[in-house]
Amino acid sequence: MQPIIKVRDVKTIFESRVVHDGLNLTINRGEIYGLLGPSGCGKTTLLREMVMLQPFSGGTIEILGYDIRNIRQEDAQKLRQNWGVLFQAGALFSSLSIAENIALPLQEYTDLSEKMIEEIVKFKINLVGLKSRDALLYPSQISGGMKKKAALARSLAMDPKLLFLDEPTSGLDPISARDFDALILKLRSLLGLTIVMVSHDLQSIYDTLDRVAIIDNKKIAYEGTLSEVTLVQSDFIQTFFRGYYEQ
Amino acid sequence: MNLSSLNIQIIDKRLTLIFSGEFTLYQITKYQKFIDTLSFSTIEHVEIDLTQLELLDTASSLFLNNLEKNLKAKNIESSLLCHKQEILESLALVVKEKSNTSEFPHAKRENFLESMGEKTYNNYLGFVSFLSFLGEMFHTHAQSLKSIKDIRYKEIAFEMNESAIKALGIVALTSFLIGLVVAYQSAYQLKLYGANIFIVDMLGISILRELAPLITAIVIAGRSGSAFTAQIGAMKITQELDAMRTMGFDPYLFLVLPRIIALMIAMPILIFVSDIMGVLGGMLVANLDLQITPELFLDRFRDVVAAKHFFIGIAKGPFFAFLIATIGIYRGLMVKDDTQSIGFNTTKSVVESLFAVIVCDALFSIAFTNLRM
Repeated sequence: MQPIIKVRDVKTIFESRVVHDGLNLTINRGEIYGLLGPSGCGKTTLLREMVMLQPFSGGTIEILGYDIRNIRQEDAQKLRQNWGVLFQAGALFSSLSIAENIALPLQEYTDLSEKMIEEIVKFKINLVGLKSRDALLYPSQISGGMKKKAALARSLAMDPKLLFLDEPTSGLDPISARDFDALILKLRSLLGLTIVMVSHDLQSIYDTLDRVAIIDNKKIAYEGTLSEVTLVQSDFIQTFFRGYYEQ
Repeated sequence: MNLSSLNIQIIDKRLTLIFSGEFTLYQITKYQKFIDTLSFSTIEHVEIDLTQLELLDTASSLFLNNLEKNLKAKNIESSLLCHKQEILESLALVVKEKSNTSEFPHAKRENFLESMGEKTYNNYLGFVSFLSFLGEMFHTHAQSLKSIKDIRYKEIAFEMNESAIKALGIVALTSFLIGLVVAYQSAYQLKLYGANIFIVDMLGISILRELAPLITAIVIAGRSGSAFTAQIGAMKITQELDAMRTMGFDPYLFLVLPRIIALMIAMPILIFVSDIMGVLGGMLVANLDLQITPELFLDRFRDVVAAKHFFIGIAKGPFFAFLIATIGIYRGLMVKDDTQSIGFNTTKSVVESLFAVIVCDALFSIAFTNLRM
């Protein structure tokens, strides 16, 4: 098992509020890894710190061998081309159509011909289960589920090794949510992705995740597979997971 | 279903309150008023009889709980009569939750000095963050100048069209009207002294040097500066800026610099148009009101209005444009994750950029006077 992300002793302090107090976790290549915890525990914050959107107060985060705290500008740029990020509401660029959104990183970072880019865009659109005829629509013209799929296609545009998902199934109806889970599993086996996600959706957690880290009370309460999670003494874990087994 | 009612029964020193039917939050006030009319002076024991009650909601449970407490405070014993499981559970729930709740924290009242200090400090922080915005912008600018390929010509051209070329019409119309109004007002005064021809001197210098740049700046701040704030603010709320950063597209390079450069290029052009239209408006009034023909007007114009006035007016353009664009964009980046803050920051952006433009104009005025220009 080759570690792809190493988080060591990460501390996050907002003004006077401590959010993380020494987090440690390791994410291996090829895993679908979940960050779970009660709301407000700083899952999304940790995700934002991993993708260099937010500085942290102490500790180190290492991604694909780069220490992102002391990273050179060029390395950071290289790293950013090696990951994809899916935001909660998609965050598609509203001034561009779906096809243009997906084509943008390809146009900026590669010297591919327009024709080749169009091919790739078509392929990615099909891969995530959108129709080619949706390609010319703008983000304001499509549904929430389609936005998520389009944003996923955009984050896959550069064929990244690593994918970050922030609550991928939130705001979707149960059927679309299960479809999305299936899509994520399919993409993992097709593209050999490592996926890190923040999720609240129990069904999705059990269907997709290989390993999880549970953040509770500023620390990691548990890291490992889901089968042993209920053995841990924690209010959050007991209430969150018990419901699933009782069903 | 029984109608809801509250009956009383007094036997010696014992009072029985008999609740029947439904007791929900619609009955609370009525019952409270009724209980308030009772005299408890001779009562030693109150029995709350809920045996005929069908339904008790949580609000009413709270009411009963408070009633028991009040009686206790008056040294009156109370007892509860009830057989229904749901009603007992509802009462138990209230007792349990009440013991857990704590008072709302009182908002701290600030005195004048405290709020003054906080405001001053926040203004100071705002100023520092504006400086850091400028610093980051220049840093990106310097980096992008390293290779000409990195300059986003397409975006610059797009922004020039959006925020300047499309504003030509309104700038032209506004300037024409201002030229007209200024000329009309001064024509009346000049006629009194028979100094008709001096309208050319007056209009030429005031429009070329001051009015045209200011009017253009005002229109552009209201039209394009506010648009910058709203666009970038909305992009921030929908996390588009975050998405750009994670994809390695520097928002400063993609959004900030093109807008600033575009406006700095376009502003002098707009001022030039404003000059033409302002003088045209003045010329029209001079012709109609003061009988100065366009030929005479232009002849005099060439003699008395030095070219430096025109160049000073045009030279102000890039400075005004820089102020309007940077403040507009900075305000856009300051938008927080709520929709209120877009409106707040858009207002601020227009007010602040107009203020900055006028301060800048005053500084120019002092500088040029001292340079004898």
